[in-house]
Formats: sequence, structure tokens, C-alpha cells
Amino acid sequence: MTVALTIENLTKKFEDKVAVENLNLQIEKGELFGLLGPNGAGKTTTINILCGLIKPTGGSAQILGYDVQKDAIKVRELIGVCIQETAIYPYLTGAENLELFGGLHTMDKKTLKTRRDMLLDKMGLAEDAKRKASKYSGGMKRRLSLALALIHDPEMAFLDEPTVALDPQSRHAVWDFIKDQKSRGKTVILTTHYMEEAEELCDRVGVIDHGKLIALGTPKQLIAENGVKNLEEVFIQLTGRNMREEI
Amino acid sequence: MKLQRVFALTKKEMKKTVREPAYLFMIFLFPIVFVFAFGASFGGGFGGSQSTYQVGVVNFDANGNQQWSQVFTDSLSNISLLNVNVYTDNQTAQVDLSEGKIQAVILIPESFSESITSFYAAPNDSGSWVNTTLPIYLDKGSMVATQAIPPIIQQVLYAMMNQNQQAPQSPIQLETASLVEVAQTSAFDFMAPGMFTFASVFLIMIVAQSFTVDRENGMMKRLRITPTTSTEFMTSQIVSYLLIALIQAVLLFAVVYIMGFRPNVEAPVYLFAFVLVLIFSLSNIGFGLITATIAKSSGAATGLSFLFLLPQMFLGTFVGASLSGAAQVAGKFVPSYYVTDALTSLFLRGAAITSQTVLLDFAVVSVSCAAILAVGIVLYDKYFKI
Repeated sequence: MTVALTIENLTKKFEDKVAVENLNLQIEKGELFGLLGPNGAGKTTTINILCGLIKPTGGSAQILGYDVQKDAIKVRELIGVCIQETAIYPYLTGAENLELFGGLHTMDKKTLKTRRDMLLDKMGLAEDAKRKASKYSGGMKRRLSLALALIHDPEMAFLDEPTVALDPQSRHAVWDFIKDQKSRGKTVILTTHYMEEAEELCDRVGVIDHGKLIALGTPKQLIAENGVKNLEEVFIQLTGRNMREEI
Repeated sequence: MKLQRVFALTKKEMKKTVREPAYLFMIFLFPIVFVFAFGASFGGGFGGSQSTYQVGVVNFDANGNQQWSQVFTDSLSNISLLNVNVYTDNQTAQVDLSEGKIQAVILIPESFSESITSFYAAPNDSGSWVNTTLPIYLDKGSMVATQAIPPIIQQVLYAMMNQNQQAPQSPIQLETASLVEVAQTSAFDFMAPGMFTFASVFLIMIVAQSFTVDRENGMMKRLRITPTTSTEFMTSQIVSYLLIALIQAVLLFAVVYIMGFRPNVEAPVYLFAFVLVLIFSLSNIGFGLITATIAKSSGAATGLSFLFLLPQMFLGTFVGASLSGAAQVAGKFVPSYYVTDALTSLFLRGAAITSQTVLLDFAVVSVSCAAILAVGIVLYDKYFKI
């Protein structure tokens, strides 16, 4: 199997706080990997480093052979990132938002049109494609945000809590789409607080807490190793019951 | 640099400007409504109508048959810009002035006719003249009155004594306030050049808000994770705001033209003026970037933008013409001063593009605006946090 992502001794410190500490991880091409952890554990910081938004304090990471720091532009051509914020341009229509980001990925017109229509259809936005995004419901905005991340059909997708605040119908639509990505050989890295989502979708999961990787394996392996019924119990057992706040 | 990315982002910015009511208002509607309202108030109007100033005259001339004071009063009455009201006492005239019924009171002094008679008796012997002063009380609440009326009176005096404006000496002293010819222009015409810079400075607020709002809603983060380079992004922003500034300038010119501002200049002068306004808008983009870099939120950006906007507006646009000498000196430290000065020279003073004043203004504007934009880009790249 081809390695899609390699993380070696990745560390990120913010003044006196260590957000990510000596993280080591390998993810294979076509794998659907779940990065789990409580609030403030270091998941989003890790993703921000991998897509070149912030610089690591130490260590390195390669995506499909390209260093995320040295080859940042090349890496950004290969990845798609659905960020936590529902970031869309409210004054553009759903279709225009997709066309803009397709343009930024220098897609040709024909491919962009095909891809735009397909994503609008799969995300249940085809009928509202010509409405301004400001008129969309919260769920529609979230689905459009996910579509924006994938407009250029990236080799690797980082989905940072893509199903937050979605109703069950929308959530299942997104799940189907994520599964479709995997079936097409794309690599997906998913962060989520919904353990049943990770159990349903992910080939492997990694549990991160206080910036350290504390567990790694398939959901079944982790459930068996910890002698519990499901992934949520694994998560509670590993990270404790104390509530966390992200600062 | 991929032009497809620059084009995509530029198209997006133009759509935002047209579709977002707040941006549309600040960039286009506000300057247009402002010019209409201001023009209507200060003498601009459809078909180029002129203002008429109400002037009070109190005659204290005690000499003989008061021949010269009567000639002076008649000469004032013959000027279409003035509507002369003769008062028998100063007190009544001053009351009318304080109540805004008239914009100026001229007190013809006791020795007025004697003074002019002495001048005609020996035009080249200033030592034999009877010197006197002509007091004028102006409506301090009217910027236009203080600017426009004294030169008109001065011209009447010159005409009476067959002198021109370069005459080294005169027996009658009057404080003049402007070098600009006023006989054929309205107060609105004086202000029109400064209105182009006035409208343009609002780009500072628009740029600052645009960047901070995009940061707040995560769009800056989203853009940063596309392959778009900083150069492509910044180029798209500069192109977008230059286009906006151009559209704004064209619209504004159309409005001031409708309001009666029709300078007698050739097409290259207009072209030069548009280029100057566009170069000036670069500094506003730069100040907007600096504001966005400092501000932590879009609300703060709006407030902070006034730090850059107000000095440009008050010291460098048409507003500055009525300020104190100190303020006018301070104006020399803001680019808008030189833009307004160049436009005034071109449109009102009839200066050529190649004249020393205009070229100097152009050089100062070009260098300062490029420097401000460069500082804005460097600070944004280094410190703008997403």
C-alpha cells in the first residue's frame, strides 16, 4: 500500500502550552482515518499544521511525498479541507461559491461544471444552486462548506467535524458522500465528536489527548483491547470524564 | 502567478460590491448622494447655475458728492454673483449678518472717495495717496462666503482704479483670500476637485472591513488552504479596488457634471485626473490593509479606519480649503492634499499637465501612495492573523 500521510515527531507549542507533542502517524492511501479527542486535545492544530496554516515548532509531515512546509502550494493542490467554521461567501450563490473555489484550483470550465453539478446534487443543494448562500439554512450552509472542500476532487480530504449541527438526514447524506470518497480511492481524515460516526465510517482511529496520540487501531481492535461495548466507552475510558474547554 | 485565480477573486470582489448593501452604499451611493446634496447647497445645480451672495453696504464716505463710493456700490451691484443691499447704519447690517440674511457687510470708509481721488491725481506717486482700509465683515459660518466674496470686491477695486491684479500698490487695502478666479465659478466648483479625494478615502474603511469580516467568518482561512499564493491574492485585491475606484470616479464625475461643474479642459486632462485618483486609491488600499492588520474585529476595523480616514478627509479634500493656516500646513503630510491640489490646478486654475505644480503633486502622490501600499502589504503578510 502507498503511504498518503507521514507525520514524524510533530510538535506545536503556543507560548507555555503544548498543543501537539511528538506526534507520529502514518496513513495509507485510500484509508478513512478518524482523529478523535476531547475539546482542545490538539486535533484541529494538527490539521492546521498539515494544511500549512500554522508552522510546527518541531517535526515534519509529508502528504503524498510532499513536505507540508517546503511544498505548501503543491500540498494545497492535493488536499481539500472542510474547516470547522461554516465558511462560505454569503453574497454568492451556492453554484458561484463552488465556481470560485474551482477557479482557485485552476479547474477547466467543463470539469468544473460537471463537478459543481454533481456536488450540488449529492449535497441536496441542486434546487437552491442559484440562491444566495445567505438564504441557506444552517444545514445547507454546512453541506455547501463540505462541497467547497471537495470541488477539485482532492486526493486527500481533511474533514474537521463535518457533521456538526446537521440533522440525521443531512448527516447520513454526508456519511454516504464520505464513503463514496473512500470507494474512489481517496484518503479521508475525519475529526468528529460523534463516536458512532467514527465507528460507522473509519477504517482506523487515533485518539489524541493533551497533544499526544494515546491510542491507535481499528474501532473493533480498540473496543476489544479495552473490553468495552463501543467506541464511545473506549473514548471515555482513555480520556476520562472531566469536561474540557477549548481556549 | 495564475491569472485564473486573480480573475476568480476579482470577480468575487465585484459581486460583493454590487450585492452587499453596506458596500454598495459606502462606495457608490454615499458619494453620489453627498455630491447632489452638497452641490445643491453650495451653488451647484442643473445647467450650471451660479450662487448669489447677499452683500450689505454701509456708506460712511463723507467726501463731497461721494462720487467714488457710489461708483463702487454700482459696480458691486452690476456683478451677477452679488445682490447688494444698502444699509443706512452698521448696526442693522450687523444684525442681518449675524442672522444669516446676508453673507457680508462692506463698510465704505469716510476717506474712500478722497483716497481714490488722490490716486487719480498722481497714479505713480504713492507717497501722495490718502491711504485707507475697506473693512469687510464676513459670515464666518459660511465657508463659501469667506472664500469667494473678498476676491470679488478686490476685483471691483482694481477695475475702479484701472489696475490689474499684479499692481504692486493700492491706496485701498483689502485682505484677499484666494488666488482663484471667482467671477465665473460657483462655490460648488471650488469644492468639486476635493470631492473626488473625499469619496476615495472611504475605500480605507471598505478594505479594512472586507478583510476583517472575511477573517471572522473563516473565509481567509479557507482561501489560505487553496493553492492561491499571497501575490495572486493581493493582486486580485488591488485590481478589484482599482476597478471600484475607477467606477466611483466616473460616477462621481458624472454627478458633478450634472451639478454644473464643467471645467474648460481637454480630454487628456480628464484622463490624467482619473489616473491621479486611481494612484491615490492605492494609498487607501494600503491604509485599509494596515487597519485590518491592527484591528481584532470588523467593528474595531471600522473605528480604527477613521484614524487614517479623518486626516485625509479634513486636511486634504475640499474641507481643507476653509481650515486654519496650521491645518493647511499639516495637510501637506497627507496624500489627499496633493491630489486635490493637482485637480484644482488642472480644473480651476487651468494649469497644464506638464506644469511644475501638477508634476510635483503627481510625483508626491505616486511615491507616497506606493510606499503606503507597500507598508500595508508587508504588515498584512507578516502580522495579519487568520
